[in-house]
Amino acid sequence: MSTVSSPLAPSPKPAEDRRWRMVNRTMRLHGHKPHALIETLHAVQESFGYLDLDSLRYVAAALQVPLSRVFAVATFYHYFSMKPLGDHTCVICMGTACYIGGAAGILEKVQDAYQVAPGETTADNRLSLVTARCLGSCGLAPAGVFDGKVAGKLSPEGVLEKLGRWTHHDDDP
Amino acid sequence: MTMTLEELQSIARIEQDRQQGYAHRIHVCIAAGCLSCQSGSVMEALEKEIGRRGIEHWCQVKGVGCLGLCKGGPLIAVEPAGILYHSVQVGDVTDILDALGGNSVPRIDAGNQAYFFERQQKIVLENCGRIDPERIEDYIATDGYAALYRALRDMTPREVVDQVVASGLRGRGGAGFPTGLKWTAVAKAPEGDKYVICNADEGDPGAFMDRSVLESDPQRVIEGMTIAGYAVGANRGYIYVRAEYPLAVKRLRTAIAQAERLGLLGKDIFNSPFSFDIKVRLGAGAFVCGEETALIASIEGRLGRPRPRPPFPAEFGLWGRPTLINNVETFANVRSIVLKGGDWFAGIGTAKSKGTKVFALAGRVCNTGLIEVPMGTSLREIVFDIGGGIPEGRRFKAVQTGGPSGGCIPEAHLDMPVDYESLAQVGSIMGSGGMIVMDESACMVDVAKFFIEFCMSESCGKCAPCRVGTAQIHQLLSKISRGDAGPEDLTLLEALCDLVRHTSLCGLGQTAPNPVLSTLRYFRDEYTAHIAERTCSAGACRMAVPEEAL
Repeated sequence: MSTVSSPLAPSPKPAEDRRWRMVNRTMRLHGHKPHALIETLHAVQESFGYLDLDSLRYVAAALQVPLSRVFAVATFYHYFSMKPLGDHTCVICMGTACYIGGAAGILEKVQDAYQVAPGETTADNRLSLVTARCLGSCGLAPAGVFDGKVAGKLSPEGVLEKLGRWTHHDDDP
Repeated sequence: MTMTLEELQSIARIEQDRQQGYAHRIHVCIAAGCLSCQSGSVMEALEKEIGRRGIEHWCQVKGVGCLGLCKGGPLIAVEPAGILYHSVQVGDVTDILDALGGNSVPRIDAGNQAYFFERQQKIVLENCGRIDPERIEDYIATDGYAALYRALRDMTPREVVDQVVASGLRGRGGAGFPTGLKWTAVAKAPEGDKYVICNADEGDPGAFMDRSVLESDPQRVIEGMTIAGYAVGANRGYIYVRAEYPLAVKRLRTAIAQAERLGLLGKDIFNSPFSFDIKVRLGAGAFVCGEETALIASIEGRLGRPRPRPPFPAEFGLWGRPTLINNVETFANVRSIVLKGGDWFAGIGTAKSKGTKVFALAGRVCNTGLIEVPMGTSLREIVFDIGGGIPEGRRFKAVQTGGPSGGCIPEAHLDMPVDYESLAQVGSIMGSGGMIVMDESACMVDVAKFFIEFCMSESCGKCAPCRVGTAQIHQLLSKISRGDAGPEDLTLLEALCDLVRHTSLCGLGQTAPNPVLSTLRYFRDEYTAHIAERTCSAGACRMAVPEEAL
């Protein structure tokens, strides 16, 4: 939350930003009613990748919901992220089938190799490591999502190779 | 636009004729599991090659929902020959087309999977793997919306409720509350705004039944909800679906738009005075929102925290109005009950558990996938006949049902019939249908810790027994798995489980101790081995260095 300038900063007027259009459209579709809060936060996260205090303040003002409640909802639900993600995202599923299938071992390998904890991004902003409750891909356990693409039957070596390819490609000019 | 019966039948006939015009129909599974194994590119390659060969007039390629045998993805079925191919790659496309009308391609032939398929009985999944989930015409061709027509035009709302009561259908979300009772209660509530909610917040880790149904046959759920709306007197429905299931959300939205376009949702459906519309609401990753009052709070844009019941949602639900909440699979049964009658449905299953149940079979079992069996099928049949047993010649240890609210069932109970009562008797629950098979490599203390960690982090924090209790249980289990615990800790653990179970506000806390209690009941020796001998026979737990022991 260190990115936030001041708690007293006025709500942004971001109508001109293209990414805000989807957010505004969502609120309009729901008649700017307070119950549109979760749907609106989904729209913010989809447009910007995460929720920051400025956007929460904007949504609070537009839907006439107390900022405390907007903040409470944004932090209560696991799906909402208050931190931006890195260039690449690796999600490891920690559902029951994946856990039984050795997901914890995969996670540990990635953590060790990249010195990053689940829910965090590497210092060079290359890789975000995320754990999921269950992807529902239990038939292919252990499963994960790599930059939006679901992959199953993972092994620690396979995952490290995949991540290595990302960082390797990025090194190319 | 309003649809008439003639128009509906004509859509069905045109679609059936169109499909029968093809000598070969190639069904490519495009549910999430197979898509993640690149079934999309296989389908593209098939279409391209068929176009190149100029055989598109007698050979059809169709994306279909889940074909069931998820471990072998990408899966392809060739009809009417009845061949199932597994692990198909783009390079196999020419061979598949060359083999049409002759013998199958042995390299990728899934072979005789008779056991996997023949022991199953499909009601909810009858269209999975058969129809294109993104085309309503394909659904209509399988008698789709005929049940809605019958309900609206030939039956009173009361008669529809009576059929559901007669069917003996019980809630498929886990608790098994009689669906007919819920419907009756909402139907009896005073007139005015009422709501129907479909609970598609499939939060149990290890369960993917609802996701597969929504991805494979979304219209069935919509038809079921609309019939429910008519039966209880509601005009508006909500589907609360996990945001983590983007494909299911997309197909649902497509399906709703198509149903609206044909007048199967909207005003004056089938020229009756009944109107119904459905909106999709995205969940945001809170397990507790599977609890009905928390789910309602979430739809209202609030924190997903349960409230004490009564009043039940049937009286005081969404926006304070009478609300019917059922699970995806429950609604998916409705069309068949209306078409074939409640008595037909009641003829399947056991005395107190009627119909079939869909299970997501996963873990250490050969045939992972999606199955549907009549209630009363034994666990042994599911794990060893349908599931094909344990891979790599390992030994079966336990099967876990009911997710974080359920329990681990040991080998001694494998011949028990799967129904609500039997599962409760052995300390587990039916749950929504996740079934995780474990072999000797799983440590039961570790498994219990895994589930309690889940409940601890998903506890909404409203009531102390759940918020504090799950954290304390987790601490005790961590102590045991580190080898730091003494015999008195087991007594404490049991007392704590009892407390959390009996004093928590909602189902999350009340059932959270189940995985601990059931493993304590059947695998107590593993707990004592961790405590007395500081050993984990499965090798999953790392013991702390002795000096650190308290």
